[in-house]
Amino acid sequence: MKFAVIIFPGSNCDHDMYHALHKVLGEEVKFVWHGETSLDGYEVIVLPGGFSYGDYLRAGSIARFSPVMNEVIRHAEAGKPVLGICNGFQILTECGLLPGALLRNKNLRFVCKDVYISTENVNTIFTNQLNKGQILKIPIAHGEGNYFIDRADLQELEENGQIVFRYATAGGDLADSANPNGSVSNIAGIVNRQGNVLGMMPHPERAVELLLGSEDGRFIFNSLRN
Amino acid sequence: MKAKVVVRLKKEILDPQGQAVSNALHHLGMGKVAGVRIGKIIEMDIDTTDVHQAETIVQDACKKLLSNPVIEEFSYELSEEKK
Repeated sequence: MKFAVIIFPGSNCDHDMYHALHKVLGEEVKFVWHGETSLDGYEVIVLPGGFSYGDYLRAGSIARFSPVMNEVIRHAEAGKPVLGICNGFQILTECGLLPGALLRNKNLRFVCKDVYISTENVNTIFTNQLNKGQILKIPIAHGEGNYFIDRADLQELEENGQIVFRYATAGGDLADSANPNGSVSNIAGIVNRQGNVLGMMPHPERAVELLLGSEDGRFIFNSLRN
Repeated sequence: MKAKVVVRLKKEILDPQGQAVSNALHHLGMGKVAGVRIGKIIEMDIDTTDVHQAETIVQDACKKLLSNPVIEEFSYELSEEKK
């Protein structure tokens, strides 16, 4: 598969993503500068984590106007896979490819640690190698990951099975105590209505080697490759 | 014209930053402070003397970039540029 990892000014997980996809998983990967205006030939577009444009105004709010974003939106609208991790998730909500918004963490802290997430929907291109309720250990590292959506839209997410990952305990309990940032309904990752755009706060690219504590992120990339 | 835009979190959205500041004010002995909400002020110079045109531009800017309608609301004031 041919992956494009988009680099915005301030992206800082781009090389982690490249390492995971190319060095660990052996996929073809190219970095694409945010000023590019073509994404022809790529199958999967990845918006990596970081602090695009220094998180000025709101996280992700300025990156969405980068020239390449028109192509990302076109790619998504054509039904092809787009994966946004952390700041990438924030950009996807700002540009309207995903509903809701990401607010400051409830405890105001930047939280960097391993968390457990429960797989809520296995019928997506990102989760078809997982079992329903399967728990993944994947790190988070963010200050603005508190997912917010209003009640009516939350219900729509639930009904359409768009909630893909929820923060949980290691045993799979969707407890408040397992929610690291105050997200509505423990939401850690969602897909769009069509299911081809995934945004998630945890970093699967940092969980592909046992040496670094977990290989659980591989399930997501392996699902895409399947 | 000059525009002063205020962007606030919607009332129903929790503002942990405001709460932390409120707690700090209580520690300073200002127990009468019953609530704090934090927003942003954005000042813009707009190269026109036409109020309607300025208004259109400011509204457009607020809707498309300065605020996120999912979580925020905006208000603004326009004033003549002082020479």
